Amino acid sequence: MSEIINLSRRDFLKTGALAGGGLILGFRLPFGDAAKAASTAAPFAPNAFIRVGRDETVTLIINKSEMGQGVYTSLPMLIAEELECDWKKIRLEAAPVDPAYNHTEWGVQGTGGSTSVRSEWERLSKAGATAREMLIAAAAKAWKVDPASCRAENGRVIDRSGKSLSYGKLADRAAKMGAPKEVRLKNPDTYKIVGKPQGRLDSPAKINGRAQFGLDVKLQGMLTAVIARSPVFGGKVVSFNASKAKSIPGVKEVVQAPSGIAVVASGFWEAQKGREALEIVWDEGKWAFLSTPGMREEFAKLAQNPGLVARKEGNPEQALANAVRQISAEYEVPYLAHATMEPLNCCVDLRRDRCDIWTGTQFQTIDRNTAAAAAGLKPNQVRIHTTYLGGGFGRRANPYSDFVVGAVEVAKAVRKPVKVIWTREDDMKGGYYRPMWYDRMTAGLDGEGKLLAWRHTVVGQSIMVGTPFEAMGLKNGIDGASVEGAQDIPYAIPNVFVDLHSPKIGVPVLWWRSVGHSHTAFVVESFLDEAAHAAGKDPFEFRRGLLAHKPRHRAVLELAAQQAGWGKPLPSGRSRGIAVHESFGSFISQVAEVSVGPQGKVQVHRVVCAIDCGRVVNPEIIAAQMESGIVFGLSAALHGAITLKNGRVEQGNFDDYPLLRINEMPRVEVHIAPSREAPGGVGEPGVPPIAPAVANAVFAATGARLRTLPMSPEAVRKAMKK
Amino acid sequence: MISLTVNGKKFQVDVSPDTPLLWVIREKLNLPGTKYGCGIAMCGACTVHIDGKAERSCQIPVKDAQGKRITTIEGIPENDPVKKAWLADEVSQCGWCQPGQIMAAIALLKEKPKPSDADIDDAMEGNLCRCGTYQRVRRAIHSASGMTTKGGRP
Repeated sequence: MSEIINLSRRDFLKTGALAGGGLILGFRLPFGDAAKAASTAAPFAPNAFIRVGRDETVTLIINKSEMGQGVYTSLPMLIAEELECDWKKIRLEAAPVDPAYNHTEWGVQGTGGSTSVRSEWERLSKAGATAREMLIAAAAKAWKVDPASCRAENGRVIDRSGKSLSYGKLADRAAKMGAPKEVRLKNPDTYKIVGKPQGRLDSPAKINGRAQFGLDVKLQGMLTAVIARSPVFGGKVVSFNASKAKSIPGVKEVVQAPSGIAVVASGFWEAQKGREALEIVWDEGKWAFLSTPGMREEFAKLAQNPGLVARKEGNPEQALANAVRQISAEYEVPYLAHATMEPLNCCVDLRRDRCDIWTGTQFQTIDRNTAAAAAGLKPNQVRIHTTYLGGGFGRRANPYSDFVVGAVEVAKAVRKPVKVIWTREDDMKGGYYRPMWYDRMTAGLDGEGKLLAWRHTVVGQSIMVGTPFEAMGLKNGIDGASVEGAQDIPYAIPNVFVDLHSPKIGVPVLWWRSVGHSHTAFVVESFLDEAAHAAGKDPFEFRRGLLAHKPRHRAVLELAAQQAGWGKPLPSGRSRGIAVHESFGSFISQVAEVSVGPQGKVQVHRVVCAIDCGRVVNPEIIAAQMESGIVFGLSAALHGAITLKNGRVEQGNFDDYPLLRINEMPRVEVHIAPSREAPGGVGEPGVPPIAPAVANAVFAATGARLRTLPMSPEAVRKAMKK
Repeated sequence: MISLTVNGKKFQVDVSPDTPLLWVIREKLNLPGTKYGCGIAMCGACTVHIDGKAERSCQIPVKDAQGKRITTIEGIPENDPVKKAWLADEVSQCGWCQPGQIMAAIALLKEKPKPSDADIDDAMEGNLCRCGTYQRVRRAIHSASGMTTKGGRP
């Protein structure tokens, strides 16, 4: 990287990591040969995202974490479209921590909220277009022609006469051109890459076992550690005896760290055996009394009292009092674990004056700063090397950087490169769950079945309180993430009241794929179905009638219904349910086709999903994300529950926290509504509608209304008896 | 010392004989393509072939793997029909479970070259995917077997 000519040059020089020279032995960047590419000369680096080498390599630096959602394909597509480079020759690198890579709205580097494409579309398009214009200007100067007479295509600049120069040959000259103040972006009608299905760039590495995840990182002289953590959240070590643990062959050290007792060994198995031999006396702290049934009772009591008002429209009290028909119901959903397939882990090489961290994280800047504080270093002495993430779903975006700080603390105690591995049980019992929620619903209808009033009381822990996002996320004491999808229901109802209770409990909670929507869509769309049936109306038509003023909601609702054959006969024993929900800037409707077995087992046979996510980057990835969200949502709807007893999480692995398996996989059909609207998210919005679509279908099949998740066979049998 | 034959190569490793094969493969043989997901044979991320059969390497003490032919994802050629189908059908998302899925799929096709959806579900039920790639797993196995069904079942 001999010459850097853009405005954020100082930022690049500060980090230095971009040059690739700082990579430590044994580490490969996510793309196997990217490290090699980085070491070759890349004279043309017009901005933080693009480097063009003399050898024709085009390296794109990606500031979002690849956790399955496809950003290592969709974001390069945005750049490549404008850059007009050869798509097949692109190399990718994970961005280091640098202000140049901050989220456009968050002020820190991070991946989440289904924002990657939405927030980066303009910036990355401009980055590509700027580079393209500079390459064109360099060629025009060399040829002494008007740049307007030249065009860029497939990694070459071509003039009217057909003369051409490759980007590699132009790299040195382009680096000397000034960046244009403004660039014109391509007319979407001329797109060659964006909007068309492109194969995922990360697939070859992933199917050949070459993709490097955090757990795969290996450093020279590295030790492996597991940590014994308090069985109750917030508990502390009183005393411990490590003599048996230390006698296990391979165990090197046993150290006390703020997060618990760490057994440091030559490998995972040795560390694990050492941990089993530890004797620890815990002070369990003040949360050892927590048990799920007691918490439910508390929540139900709270739901009877007025909470903080999130929305009030019209005169809901009076409208309910005057309603010809009033219905009410209580809904509840449990804590949920993210259960990423790759358990949490973090690899740390801490030296006197610097710290290198390898991990799959969604929160680079926060992790770097928190790690620096824990290590006693300055933030610019800490480098985060983002690996592939074996799933994120929000768990790897931790405001407290729990899995990073825990590893830094162990490294600080042992002063050797160390990788901390969480077992599946550590991961599942170690906290940060989707909150448990309790919702109390009331609706009022007039004599013709028109919905006059809607009252929704939400009870559940705030995710934002106590985090650096509190100021951003809370308004008048209301955590927006607690009521999203509830306070902004799309239906034309004249009187609406939504209030919120946010009890403070020592169970760590966190955003979980689709955050508040993961529960509000279930409650709102189920209860709306109840209202439709109370009104004696078809659930699809009832929704449609209330969405006259919401064209995007209505269009996906109609598309899903039409593709699913709503109203058409089904094989005996099967029924359909529908739901529609907006989240993260996208509008989705799903129709689920289900049957219920004699023992109450819910089988989902088919899901039709219609999405309007605005302008489309990669339809293949959108379809995959819808399938993914539906499976994620079905795991929660049918199986998922984290429960507590005496302050302890009762589940630990996939035997007692089951996920959907292939034999339960419905046929999923995805229909993308053509749209010129601003892009919406796709990573999360597929999750919210599936639980209510299934619950509504179960009601249609059995007359049993499932108001509690998961829809276990026992819960279904119980509901059928009512 | 324990001797192992992995991907056609012989290795000598100095580990406790009860160490699960998974951790020996990952940490001592530097073949991290085989993944840890649960440690109790509930997820299939650690699937390898032992004498051609799909096995959970997290459950096999390394001493029991001596003298057997072990194949990991790194030992499957890139032009294997299953790997090719996996690319063509865009199966992978986060990728963590995919080596295990592919190893299970290859073993299935060896036993049943033309599996039905039910055969696939039976054989692949032990392989969890949190990203929900199951529909594409079915489709890719059909593609690899040369069948031309549309994937999924009605």
